[in-house]
Amino acid sequence: MSLSAADVEKVALLARLILTPAELESMTAELGQIVTYVDQLAEVDTEGVEPMAHAVELHNVTKDDAVAASLSRDAALAGAPKHNDEGYLVPAVLGD
Amino acid sequence: MLLTSLSAVDQCRLLDSGEISAVELTQAYLDRISAQEGNVGAFLRVTADRALDAAKCVDQRRASGQPLGKLAGIPVAVKDILAQKGERTTCASKMLAEFSAPYDATVIAKLKAADAVLIGCTNMDEFAMGGSTENSAFKVTANPWDLKRSPGGSSGGAAAAVAADFAPLSIGTDTGGSIRQPASFCGVVGMKPTYGRVSRFGLVAFASSLDQIGPLAHTVEDIALLHEAISGHDPHDSTSLDHTTQFTESVRKPLDGLRIGYAKEHFAEGLDSEVERAVRDALGTYESLGARLVEVSLPHSKYGVATYYVIAPSEASSNLARYDGVHYGYRADVAKLTEELNAERAELEEAGKRREAENLDTPLVRMYRKSRSEGFGAEVKRRIMLGTYALSAGYYDAYYLKALKVRRMIRQDYDRVFEQVDVLAGPVAPTPAFELGSLVDDPLAMYLVDMYTVSANLTGVPAMSVPCGQSNSGLPIGLHLQAKPLAEETLLRAGHMYQTATDWHTKRPTL
Repeated sequence: MSLSAADVEKVALLARLILTPAELESMTAELGQIVTYVDQLAEVDTEGVEPMAHAVELHNVTKDDAVAASLSRDAALAGAPKHNDEGYLVPAVLGD
Repeated sequence: MLLTSLSAVDQCRLLDSGEISAVELTQAYLDRISAQEGNVGAFLRVTADRALDAAKCVDQRRASGQPLGKLAGIPVAVKDILAQKGERTTCASKMLAEFSAPYDATVIAKLKAADAVLIGCTNMDEFAMGGSTENSAFKVTANPWDLKRSPGGSSGGAAAAVAADFAPLSIGTDTGGSIRQPASFCGVVGMKPTYGRVSRFGLVAFASSLDQIGPLAHTVEDIALLHEAISGHDPHDSTSLDHTTQFTESVRKPLDGLRIGYAKEHFAEGLDSEVERAVRDALGTYESLGARLVEVSLPHSKYGVATYYVIAPSEASSNLARYDGVHYGYRADVAKLTEELNAERAELEEAGKRREAENLDTPLVRMYRKSRSEGFGAEVKRRIMLGTYALSAGYYDAYYLKALKVRRMIRQDYDRVFEQVDVLAGPVAPTPAFELGSLVDDPLAMYLVDMYTVSANLTGVPAMSVPCGQSNSGLPIGLHLQAKPLAEETLLRAGHMYQTATDWHTKRPTL
């Protein structure tokens, strides 16, 4: 299946990416090529086959509901590009 | 005696007997790195001071008779994708160029507990996405056997470091072949353990249902040693398995009545004739060692790459959503992007395009988009886009769900084969190492290099590349050995048997 530049722009927004016009052009061609290759999966008869999400199937892995040591707030904030003593700082979400 | 050409098992023996010190051994590797790393570029960072401190500490503790771990004093190189507390962990990405991990990955903690000497962090494809290490944001790594060629990837630095004798052991990660393919290209042994055998806690996630950490070394015995040190159940990784982790005791025992399978699909179109000859010779070697060869069939293996390139990018698009310019990592210049956004809005309003102006990104969304677009390289963006597309409304059933079903069919083929044979043998990659730059403009061709390796990740089985020959131009060729889930012991014993009968693992590049 071929992809249009508009399809690719829509996916870029969903993926929270911005493509330059040159990137949009090459990405449209490359994704189209890869998706066409992947389309061969359609020829496999998977009727009645259960999807396999994990290589070793484990169920209901639980652990004790106990308090354990975790990262301190300072350590968790240390890698943030912008933060104050209490949290992460981001551009205004609602208006200016 | 050249210390750096000995196996880690032999080095352990000399350290134990006091014939050499850990400082002496570490210094020998650091000297070799100083002399040759400029040509190879295996490392993003060599942590010489930290390594010598650790070695000194091991020597002091040995002198005072204290108990030591099973890797005491042995240098280990680590792919730059495992969190090391207080050290940079970059994943070869601009996104994490300045990131310092707040805790140790379980594998790092286990290496430290085993008293290993962490000698440096190795180069890789950005976020482990690629098969040539050319997707690193920071540098190119050359194949020590031919500096114009790629070491493979994504653990290219890890394989090159062992091949060049910059460390006897190294840690890589394998999501679709990223340990085995570079091991094959660089003429070293590399193993992807059973999914769940090694904790992924502190491993920067690419595709969580496929990622696995594993060892690289010159000999299968050394692989057993390192695998034993890093594997085991970890409460921090709910997918990790609780099974025996004893491998060094048994690795030297040959297997009686070994049944080696070879799949006819692995010797079909696309396989280089020199690789085919080397792999068939290896099958002959096994036969001469008393193994029985059995032809088997994996009818769905031809869908492996297509299945993989739906599932891995889908998981990646979700895992890499965490890089948002907020919690850690790179953030675009907010003042500049706000200014750009205001200018775009003014322009649209002036042209009377009010709806378009209202639909413009909010400053927060624009910050996410700019940070990610400036922080990620081309291949990472391609995979995020592919995965986002495969998971998006209207396509989920046709791609992601379909791929998960084909994944089970590939596994069913494997289950049938492992009822007939103990080990499946074949090629690791269709060709020996390719030239740097030759595939960078053709993503699909690069993906097809993974045709023999991805199925082990999709099915979760343990798999290993063992050097089994050289091309006419002197490039290494790897033999791919796979076994059923949790059968690492069989895999390692079969690999060691091969190395007792051959000397490919003793060959070294001339640097």
